[in-house]
Order: sequence, then structure tokens, then C-alpha cells
Amino acid sequence: MIRYILRRLLYAIPILIGVNLITFFLFFVVNTPDNMARIHLGVKHVTPEAIEQWKAEHGYDKPLFHNPEQHGIRAVTETLFVDRSIKLFSFDFGKADDGRDIARDIKTRMWPSLAIALPVFVIGIMVNITAALLMIFYRGTRLEYAGVAGLIALMSISSLFYIIAGQYFIAKLWQWLPISGFGGGIDGFKFILLPVLVSVAAGIGSGARWYRTIFIEEIGKDYVRTARAKGLSELRVLFRHVLKNGMIPILTGAVVVLPLLFTGSLVTESFFGIPGLGSYTIDAIRAQDFAIVQSMVFLGSALYILGLLLTDLSYTLVDPRVKLT
Amino acid sequence: MRLWLISLLLPVLLSGCGEAWNNPYPTEDASTNTLYTVFEERPKRLDPARSYSSNEVEFTGQIYEPPLQYHFLKRPYALEPLTTEGMPVVRYWDRAGRELPADAPTSAIARTTYDITIRPGIRYQPHPAFARLPDGEPRYFGLSAQDLEGIDTLGDFEHAGSRELVAEDYVYEVKRLASPRINSPIFGLMSEYIEGLDEFNQRLSRAAEALPKAAWFDLRPHDFSGAQVTGKYSFRISLKTHYPQFIYWLAMPFFAPVPWEAERFYAQPGMAERNLNLDWFPVGTGPFMLSENDPNRRMVLTRNPNFHGETYPGEGEPGDAEKGLLADAGKTLPLLDRAVFTLEKEDIPQWNKFQQGYYDASGISSDNFDQAVQFTPDGEADLAPEMRAKGIKLVTAVTTSNRYMGFNMKDPLVGHPGGEAARKLRQAISIAVDYEEFISIFLNGRGISAHGPLPPGIFGYKDDFNPVVYAAPGQRRSIEEAKRLLREAGYPNGRNARTGEPLVLYFDTAATGPDAKSRLDWLIKQFRKLDIQLVIRATDYNRFQDKMLRGNAQLFEWGWNADYPDPENFLFLLYGPNAKAGRNGENAANYGNAEFDRLFAQMKGMANGPERQQVIDRMTAILREDAPWLFGFFPKGFSLQHAWVGNVKPNLMANNTLKYRRIDAGLREQSRAQWNRPVLWPFAAGAIVLLALFWPAWRQYRRHEEGRG
Repeated sequence: MIRYILRRLLYAIPILIGVNLITFFLFFVVNTPDNMARIHLGVKHVTPEAIEQWKAEHGYDKPLFHNPEQHGIRAVTETLFVDRSIKLFSFDFGKADDGRDIARDIKTRMWPSLAIALPVFVIGIMVNITAALLMIFYRGTRLEYAGVAGLIALMSISSLFYIIAGQYFIAKLWQWLPISGFGGGIDGFKFILLPVLVSVAAGIGSGARWYRTIFIEEIGKDYVRTARAKGLSELRVLFRHVLKNGMIPILTGAVVVLPLLFTGSLVTESFFGIPGLGSYTIDAIRAQDFAIVQSMVFLGSALYILGLLLTDLSYTLVDPRVKLT
Repeated sequence: MRLWLISLLLPVLLSGCGEAWNNPYPTEDASTNTLYTVFEERPKRLDPARSYSSNEVEFTGQIYEPPLQYHFLKRPYALEPLTTEGMPVVRYWDRAGRELPADAPTSAIARTTYDITIRPGIRYQPHPAFARLPDGEPRYFGLSAQDLEGIDTLGDFEHAGSRELVAEDYVYEVKRLASPRINSPIFGLMSEYIEGLDEFNQRLSRAAEALPKAAWFDLRPHDFSGAQVTGKYSFRISLKTHYPQFIYWLAMPFFAPVPWEAERFYAQPGMAERNLNLDWFPVGTGPFMLSENDPNRRMVLTRNPNFHGETYPGEGEPGDAEKGLLADAGKTLPLLDRAVFTLEKEDIPQWNKFQQGYYDASGISSDNFDQAVQFTPDGEADLAPEMRAKGIKLVTAVTTSNRYMGFNMKDPLVGHPGGEAARKLRQAISIAVDYEEFISIFLNGRGISAHGPLPPGIFGYKDDFNPVVYAAPGQRRSIEEAKRLLREAGYPNGRNARTGEPLVLYFDTAATGPDAKSRLDWLIKQFRKLDIQLVIRATDYNRFQDKMLRGNAQLFEWGWNADYPDPENFLFLLYGPNAKAGRNGENAANYGNAEFDRLFAQMKGMANGPERQQVIDRMTAILREDAPWLFGFFPKGFSLQHAWVGNVKPNLMANNTLKYRRIDAGLREQSRAQWNRPVLWPFAAGAIVLLALFWPAWRQYRRHEEGRG
């Protein structure tokens, strides 16, 4: 097992280098360091000297991939790409272009992201599973047809619509909750409710349909017939036996996204004024802050790889037949 | 069943508590003397030597105090002392070092000095950088990274101190403008004027190289002739030329004092990693201090307990007293205890919170315009009845900025090389593009069409009309006249008279997306009136900037916001030596006209008066005839203020007006309670819908179970 984990971690290194290379290439295809300097220095009265000074101050004064002024290995190492990439592998994210410490910002901003993402994840799974099992229970009836049609309708609507509708009805029209914002401690609860509610509602359509597919597969198996033959009620069959066996794909599907909960949601955080990592990334893209964009893409990729590793490990926990070698 | 009952009754019980459920602020803050407002983009830097964007100056303007400020109420805009005993004493010198009279011609002036004397007794806000041990030594100057364990903000330091503002602090800030560690955005511009600043920067660069990057770079031992301390409370700034507009810069935070102790304090190990620096925790003498700085969520300004007791002005312009703007005359500033700025990136939540009374003021986005404003039959903007019923006030002002469409004068077809034909082509286009229609369609009337480069409120502006484009006030010349000009330019019916080829022009823009599309379609339609084919070359902002710098655009859109209320700040946008292509200046059209340039140099050094007006009139006439710009429009700012907000008068030059603002917290609390009663019927309706769903499910379940039995 340990050998397997080590091997997977080693595989992660070229993947992360590749992701980093693509990020670097894509970013600098549309932005030059001169453009970045101009944006940070403001539009007015910017002199070429100020641009050069800004680039030197922020380490953007080197060539991107190849340094013709250097020879041998230094022609590659004395570049912006190597400068900006090496430290990432020790999770040293450095400074943002506005001088703030990125690691500190990430540590601060991951908690608001988690405050939204974790309840959405847990409640979402519970609601989706319950909805899916109820549809299995009522399979072949008009209730199931209505349910499936409802789910298709729900998943066809843009998540932005849920946000706007939620804000309009719950916060504006009925005035139950603040329309946006974030707060610490117990006071923060009222800010979390609406985004959580909206995010859970936005996820029911696709989530419940997927779980329903899993449970439909399970419901035709022999052990279900045996359970029924024993005289168990249908609800007990579903919630005790079908759910337990259906949990294998559900669990493994859930584990993969678990580490990504830290990185938050780009749209939800922006609309609800949540100071999490999602809005951090969006702001950085808008401000053309390469240091943050690169750090967040790297962190997201590393967490995704971790999620996949955890998924593989979770297989061994939920299905003893699986062996990792 | 009991659970159902509780969930049904819970909202009713909660509503009995009386507090609005949607209140985003702590209950105990309801009756405090606090202003609630928003910021849409987090500031990048709050160091006065670096910050230039309006969203940064919104904060630095309240915290830092440059020597001068704009009078809050008087118009035209007038400078007055802020921390100084009086206005700076300006003296002129010739090349031989002899003093010249105040009315000396610009050509004779080789050097200008500004002698500034500050008032004694002004003190900095409390800050740990000033904290002292009982023996008088600085308390927090020998910190290691370990000492900062558990410190996240300045409030975590147990001790704070203050000290008196001295002239050396102002000089220190001028030196900071040249520091290679600061990289001030105005260094390039100021080095053209302040004596020895450029050379000083080179000296500082050499000195900085010898120091470790993280070490404090003490500027005190380094002196230069451009800024010198002449006494404990007096200093002198020397310019190497005649630049009368420099006095306006003395009202900007770039020239606000920064205490060396703050730089020394923030340079200690571990501070940068905690984002403890001048960019995020400013130290000033102003009416407010930044007590909470979470640029990701909210920023809070609180009253500086050491503020020097400035009072509300006792005079303004006619009509101010009737509007209640002098009711607080003589009262000690600031009138607020606190201002809470909340990050609000999206329009919808911002607008709704304003309507709920949780923000005291709001701008009006295009989406909300019809909801907020209606036009009277005579075309005046007025509040919608719903807004008026809430006591909301509409405040409008034509901004000191412009938005124009420029021709690249380096272009062979539309620019200088095209000669007289190109000039007629530009004039024809100026007639065809109907900016009155643009303002009506795309700005909801929030703008006035421009007849020259100077907006209202700037000396030199005249409420006349551009005779090249208009036949009479408000009456644009006909398309037939434009077509005649086009024909004379060699393009009858929009075709080249020699080749028969259609005339195709290219418009470069960074505006993309659905919102921009309708505007660009409208623009194409305007050119089509003359049978000219307009091709839109939409690109991202970076590439657009590159094109402009290289002079590769043909037609483009641009704008300018005034730095200060002087015509020089707009007319320099067309000054030849200031061309963007090749010279990196602000003359984006790369326009050059020998007479205009000569008049500009003359006008720049003149005092406001009839003679200067005459020169500006001639310059405007040249521009109208040459038509390097379609003058476009001057945007009109609309803002809404709740009834409880007082002392609101648009001042487009001043950035420190928060200290004059007044709040009636009692009225606000009452209005919020009245406007935010939760609506409870949806709870009951929801319960009924759930029951309606539950009932057939339950029946189906029973049938299923009975069938199995």
C-alpha cells in the first residue's frame, strides 16, 4: 500500500509540472509582463522606466522559457518559468503582485470557502440520496415520472438562475436572510444559510439523477430479492441494503471532490460576497495577478490528485476485494 | 407532528423579536454614528506614494493629509490649507539665481520654489510604531519573527503611541517618490518637474543595491535639493521649471507625510509575511484611521482620536445654506464616528441592500436606472415615486472627465499624412456620429454631449457649440453636409473617387461581450449614414494598449479623468510632444499642430483670467477645425442618498469629504425596521405544498405495503 501511495505521489510530479507549464503558457499568451506592470501601476503617467522597475521588483524581468544571455543549463534555469515554478513544489507561493503573502491569504480565505462548501457537500449528498431512493421506491408510478421530469428541469437551469432567484425571493421579497455578506462566529450563520440553500437546490437535479442510476442498478440484484423474500419492508430494503451497497460508487465519487472543497466556488462566492478562495481566484484573473493564478491552479491540481489518491484508497476500505499494488 | 408545528410556528415566534432577519450588521451597531457604504474592488495598495486608483484614494484620502485640500463647498474649486499655516509661498528664480516678480514671463523662470509651513501640534493616529518604553526607546523596533507569534493585525500589539507631525515627514514622503523600493506611479512625471528627483532616484538605487532586499531603507541620511527641511515646521520644494499646476499635486495623498518610524516598524522580520506593511496598514494624521482591514470582506475607518480639530466650513456658494449644507458650520470634524466599507462586487446585492437601508448611498447601474429615475417632460432627471416615498435623494453632477473617439493622426488615411482630405473626412464623421442619441440610448441621459475637450467645472469651458459639427445650439449639421464634406475628401457615396473602392475604416476597442455589441452595432450604423464601412477590431485590453503605444490603431475610444481642475490637465492630451506612439505620452491621437503646441506652452503658465480664456478659445477652435477627436460626451454622475445622510455635495476634486458627512442614525434604524419586516406567508404556503406532495406519496406507500402484504 505504501509503495502504491509513493508511486502515485511520484506520478503527480510530472502532472503538476505539465499543469504549471500550461498555466504559464496560457497566461503569458494573453498577458505580457509589460501589460501586467501597466495594470498595476495604473493607466496614467506610466513611463517605460517605471514598467522596467516594476518588472525587476516583481521578478518579471527575465525571459519566459529561454534565456539567450546565459549558457548551458542556466539558459533554462535563469528564466521566469523556473523562477516561478520551483518554489511551488515546496508550497512556497511567494507574494502576490500587490505584495500580499499568498500562503497567508490562502490560509485565511479557505475557511469561508469551507464554511459554504462543507455544508453544501454534506447536506447535498443527504438530500440527493433521499430523493433518489424515494424515486426508486415509487418507481413505475406517476410520482417517479414527475420526479424525473422535475430533476431534468432542475438540472437544465443555470446555477446563476438559482442564485438570482434565491436572492430575489428569500432575501429581497420575503426578507428572511441577508442577500450577501459574511461574518465570523455565530453571527456568520445567517450569511451561510442562503448560499448553502441555493447551492444544494442547484445540485439536486444532477446529483439525485446520478444516484438514482446507481440505485436502479442495485435494485435488480439478487441480494435485494433475498431481502424482500425475507419479508423486509421496501423502505428497509432500500435504506438498509440498497443504500449500503450503492454507497461504494457514491463514496468514491464524493471522496475525489473532498480536498477541492477548500478551493471554493467561483460564482457562488462572488455573488454572495463570500471572501473565500473562489473569489480570490476570480479577482486574481481579473487583476492579471499571475502569482495568485499560478498558485491557485497548482493548489487545485495538487488537491485533485490527492482526491484521486484518496478515492483509490477508499475503494479498499469499502470493498475488501480491491487490493492496491 | 410536534416538529411540524414548531417549524411552522418558529418564524412567527422569531418575527415577534422585532429585529429584521436580514440585517447584515450586528444588532448593537444599529444606533451608532456609522456610515455604511461599499467598495467594489479591493484596493491594491494604501501607501500614499503608490496608490493612484480612485478605489484606493477613497481610503488614503481620509487617512493621510497632504498640505492642501479643496474647499468642500466653494465653486469653482478652490484650494485651501489643510495642515499648513497658509498657502505655500511661491517664488520664481531666473537662471542666475535672482528672484523674479510673481508676474514674470514663463520663459524667464528657470526655477520655482514652494515654501510651506505646517501648523504645530498636529499628531499622528495611535500606532505601535510610535510606542515607547519608559526609558523613551522605541518599544517595537527590535522585533524578531518569533516575537510576532500570535500577531495578525496592528490591534494585536498591546501598546501604541503617537508623535507630532513635523516638516521632515513631508520631505521624507517626497524622497519616497524617488525610492526604487517604492516605485511610485508619479515618479516619472514628477522627475520632469522636481529639481534633482531623477538624479536622486539614481543615487538611491545605488544605495539600495548595497542593502539586503528585506532590510529597511532609511531615506533620512539621503538629501536632495528638490525637497529640503527649512525648520521644524517648514520645508521647501523646488521645481526646475515653471509648473503652476504643481500646487494641485500638493492636495493629493502623494504628498502626504509618512513617518519614518512606520517604515522602520514594518521592515522588521515577519511583518511582510503577515501583510503588515504601509500598503495595508496606513499611518496618518487624518480624521480617520483604518481600524479593520480585511480587503476581502470589509474595511472600517474609525475616528482618529488625535485628529487636529478641523471644523466644518462656514461658507459655501450661493444656495448651499438653503440646502442645509451650512447647518453644521463650526462643528468639529469628523462628524462620523465610523465608516464601514463592505466589499460588494455584484450590482444586485448592492442595489437591494441600499433599498433595504443597509447601505446609506448607492450609484445607479443601467439595470436599475428605470427603477430609480424617471425623466420629467422637460427632460430633467427625477426620482421614481417609489424612491421618493422612501425619502431617497438624487444627487447629480457632470463629472470632470470626458469620453471621446480619437483618430490616430499618424494614420495615412485619417491622420496628418492625409492632409486636407483627411481633415474633411474627420469632420464628416464628427457630424455623422450622433452622440446625443448615444447618450439617450446607452447612458439613460447620463451625460452631456461635448463641444470641446474641456468639461464643465474646468476653467476655459464655455457653454457654446462646435460650429463644425452643429449648425446651432443643439442642432447637429445635416447628413447631407457631412456627405458633401466626404465628397470633397474624395469619397463620394463612401467610395474612393479614383479607385471606386468602398471606404473601409477600422475601429479598435477593448470592449467585448454582449453589452459592448449593441454599442458597436450602433456605431457601425452611424458610419453607414455616410456609406462608410466600419470594421470593429475588438481585442483584449492588453493588446489594445499595445496597439495604441505602437500607433497601430485607426479609430479608438478613450477617456480622461481630471487630476486637478486646470485646463492644462485636458489640453495636454493633444499636445504634440506628449504623443502616445513613440513618446509614451497621453496624447493618444498622436495629434500635432504647431500653433496649438505654442499656445499650450503659453496657456500652461498663465493664471486664470480673460487672457488665458482667449488662448484656450483659440486652442479649442483649432481642435474643432482639425477634428482629431469626436469630442464625445462628458458623463454625468448620478447617486442616491438616503434621507438620513447629510452634507452631500459632489466635489469631484476632493478625496477627503467623508469627514463632512453626517448620519441620522435614529431615522435609519426606524426606516430599516419599517422596510425589513419578514414576509411570513411563504412558510405556510410551503408547508401546504409539502403536505400536498406528501399525501399522494403516503397513499402510494400504503398501497405498496398492502399489496406486498
